[in-house]
Amino acid sequence: MKKFVKFLAALAVVGLVVIGLIIFLPVSRTAPQTNVAGDYTTTNGHGEYAMRMGDCMACHTADGGKPFAGGRPIESPFGTIWSTNITPDPEHGIGNYSLDDFRASLYDGIEPDGTRLYPAMPYENYRKLSEEDIRAMYDYFMHDVEPVNEAPPKTDLGFPFNQRWGIRVWNWLALSDAGHEDLYDDTVLNRGAYLVDSLGHCAACHSPRSTIFAQAGKNAEDDRYLAGGVIAGWPAPSLHGPQSAPAKWSHDDLAAYLWTGRNSHSAVAGEMTQVVGDSLQYATDEDMNAIVTYLRHINGRGEDKTTLDASSSNEPTETEKLLASADPSMPLGARLYLDNCNACHFVNGKGAPEVFPSLDGNALVVADTAGGLLDVMLHGARMPSTEKRPARLAMPGFGDRLSDEEAAELATFVRQGWSNDANAVSAEDVAAARSKSSGTHH
Amino acid sequence: MARKEKKRDVVIVGLGWTGSILGMELCNEGLDVLALERGGDRDTVPDFQYPAIADELKYGVRYGFMQKPRNSTVTVRRSESETALPYRHLGSFLPGDGVGGAGMHWNGHTFRPMAEEFQLKSYVEQNFGKDLISDEMAIQDWGISYQELEPYFDRFEKVAGIAGQAGNLKGEIREGGNPFEAPRSNDYPMPPLPQTVDSNKFADAARKMGYHPYPRPSGVASKAYTNPYGMQLGPCNFCGFCERFGCYQYSKSSPQTCILDALKRKENFEYRTNAEVLKIELAADGKTAKGVTYMDANGEEVYQPADMVILAAYQLHNVHLMLLSGIGQAYNPATGDGVIGKNYAYQTNGGTALFFKDIDFNPFVGNGSNGHVIDDFAINRIDFGAEGFIGGSYISSGTFNGQPIRSMRLPGGTPKWGAGWKSAIKEWYGHSMAIGSHGSNMSYHTNHLDLDPTYKDKYGRPLMRMTFNWKSNDIRMTQFMKSKIEPLAESMNPDIMQSSFKKEGAMYDVRPYQTTHNVGGAIMGSDPKSSALNKFLQTWDVHNVFVMGANAFPQNIQYNPTGTVGALAYWAVEAIRKDYLPNPRPLV
Repeated sequence: MKKFVKFLAALAVVGLVVIGLIIFLPVSRTAPQTNVAGDYTTTNGHGEYAMRMGDCMACHTADGGKPFAGGRPIESPFGTIWSTNITPDPEHGIGNYSLDDFRASLYDGIEPDGTRLYPAMPYENYRKLSEEDIRAMYDYFMHDVEPVNEAPPKTDLGFPFNQRWGIRVWNWLALSDAGHEDLYDDTVLNRGAYLVDSLGHCAACHSPRSTIFAQAGKNAEDDRYLAGGVIAGWPAPSLHGPQSAPAKWSHDDLAAYLWTGRNSHSAVAGEMTQVVGDSLQYATDEDMNAIVTYLRHINGRGEDKTTLDASSSNEPTETEKLLASADPSMPLGARLYLDNCNACHFVNGKGAPEVFPSLDGNALVVADTAGGLLDVMLHGARMPSTEKRPARLAMPGFGDRLSDEEAAELATFVRQGWSNDANAVSAEDVAAARSKSSGTHH
Repeated sequence: MARKEKKRDVVIVGLGWTGSILGMELCNEGLDVLALERGGDRDTVPDFQYPAIADELKYGVRYGFMQKPRNSTVTVRRSESETALPYRHLGSFLPGDGVGGAGMHWNGHTFRPMAEEFQLKSYVEQNFGKDLISDEMAIQDWGISYQELEPYFDRFEKVAGIAGQAGNLKGEIREGGNPFEAPRSNDYPMPPLPQTVDSNKFADAARKMGYHPYPRPSGVASKAYTNPYGMQLGPCNFCGFCERFGCYQYSKSSPQTCILDALKRKENFEYRTNAEVLKIELAADGKTAKGVTYMDANGEEVYQPADMVILAAYQLHNVHLMLLSGIGQAYNPATGDGVIGKNYAYQTNGGTALFFKDIDFNPFVGNGSNGHVIDDFAINRIDFGAEGFIGGSYISSGTFNGQPIRSMRLPGGTPKWGAGWKSAIKEWYGHSMAIGSHGSNMSYHTNHLDLDPTYKDKYGRPLMRMTFNWKSNDIRMTQFMKSKIEPLAESMNPDIMQSSFKKEGAMYDVRPYQTTHNVGGAIMGSDPKSSALNKFLQTWDVHNVFVMGANAFPQNIQYNPTGTVGALAYWAVEAIRKDYLPNPRPLV
């Protein structure tokens, strides 16, 4: 017994020492990954463009808040994380950051005082940034952003997630090497991969999470890379695999989706609305071509710029025949579709190009996670305004017209109509989606 | 003491079609533009969203999107001998208010006038002699030709996304279009929509009589469409909630669907709603405007200085503001002096209803611009000398809606309520169609607008007074249309047929809805003695005030006005951009 107590005490001591080491072992910050000449100055507009491609604004600006003053709630499985003020305000923002401090936050997720950032800040991806982009962004935030002397709400997760020192262990396990490696013998593909992996941080949502909640799959050689994820109950569809949009859509359709939030098949909803509205719409022709070429390349699509669409037959489907029959005895789901959805999405479920998204084959509709579909049905959705497509086309919410049971019947109908083949939705799923506050519509 | 706001390059009064067009084009020019809209803000979602918008009682009967007479109205009389009384309940015409103006609750008919209509007076004099124009008539040429305006019709049709079929493409006559239209430089940007049963039945009958039916040019989209501003329309589903409603489907051309989201992105554009302009403020010498005074949402008076003022409110309000602000000399019908308020005109319509026991028209399938049209009795097809009138009509048939309160066409003599009414509804709902004539209305010295001597609005400003009555020239014209429509209707063998055309002696009645095509009052022309605006819609007297809208029409065209209003706006703003801004001055 005494021995056991001794053993426990020893274990505790070892534990404390380990924890002490984790906490107090000197932090080494990742060094610049490229040698940049001493007199290097960023070109005009580079910093703002890198900020746009990095989409700093989406998280660091609250709805109706001042740009980059933080305060947007980010729902994580561990609780709400509030984004920080990254304006050059010395008190509440990053006004006192040196370039090295700034780089450490992007590469290592560390604030100047050693505080660990939660990985809601995608430093897993930002650590692949080039030194040129980091310097340009630093320059932009220090000189072109208005300082805002406001403190956003403090993130206050429950135990053990409030013990931020633990993130260091996670970092040791989760982080790959800093810098981005060119894997292709092609400048366009390398640029595309760089944008997708670093600034674009696509994997933050679109890659599944490993057992330790790290982004699974480092690059396209791994099937898990960009193979789809779930964010706050919303599906982030796969960008990698035979059923993914980059595998099926034409080059121009994929570009249109990323630039304008809409194309001949689908339209953005949820978080992707902001990604397009705050970030991707600003991509240059060259960069959009690189992103699209890369995403299609990793799905085996090359020069051929067409659409591969299994549901493109003109033969009316059974679903279409049922709806067009207007038979009063049709099942409830179909009848609810006629009453609520058919006006815009039509009996063939195809909608109209760039205006009404197709429901047939739509990734959000047939996702394993029905949360996104239910959110749109209940609360509506609005496309972002972009330079190329300024119209903020909106679908109203139907939550006040549909009971949980009705919404479940309707969701099941669209998930299984036409060529769709997804599992049924229950009234409990709807109740859960209904009770969730929807923070993504603006 | 009015609050004073920061000076702007341009202030636009009213944010409907023309305000949106001018806002867009002047912002593209780099100007700092502020639009003041007297009504509230409106967007497709939530204001027109499905299914709440499909409420006939709220919007169709109770005029949810129209101006409220308690806030804004006119007084009306038929002649100098009557005392004008306020138009306290909307009936004959329905001006809108709020963002989008009447451009959000229209039906979408988007025609171009015939070339002859722009030179109507000269055309009549040259072809039929001066004597045909009676002394009471005040018709004038517009001071602009169809050829000059053609590129701007084309521009407006592309922005508004008009569906139709060209009949005269660069002089080449096209099968299925209107062979009597003036040459177009381009086809419509969208193909025509499919047609309903009545429309096709009418077209077949018209063809058999040797007429030339064509699909009505439509501000209702036949497919997904992206306009030159990147704005988008979705294909119409024929729900039949167009006129008096906003479109939930993004199908109807409107400032909302075609311009506003693109305009709102511009950093040099701002708009304020519930901001009612009371007066345009003139400089001491009266030769320029220095801004406007408006009442804001909190009832505070605001002085808004600006280098340039664009009047883009509804026709009646533009004229009213000019009268209140002393821009141009008010028209005096006794002496013929003055120009503001002269040549007010309206529209001369009639129709024949046809009832068929055995045909089910499914009237709930329709859209505001559905229908076939013939121009065989339009202005350039009629020998005015032989027929003894000036004017013309287009004749059309189509189903706009089958709404249960207002679209229950019943045979004459049916009781208005009770069991007889119910059984007639049961028997006849969905079993009728109509052939309508939509015709010109000439201007007359006695039909005019001025300030009412008695009635004032809630701000203490005199209401505008409308003096208007039907005149025998236009009644002869509409009776001529009856003589053409009835044989056409008879050829279709209806079980019952009943006509409604104005007869000699008809008096203007403000109660039944007729049309919101009020025109004139501040007309364009080539002579400052007989017109309020020059050919660029610039006021003759105050060169930094331009006035958009149908107030510029010297008499009414036979078609719906919006196409012409849109084209004139693009024409005027081109002159402002290229000629006025580099050197602000009277352009003529």
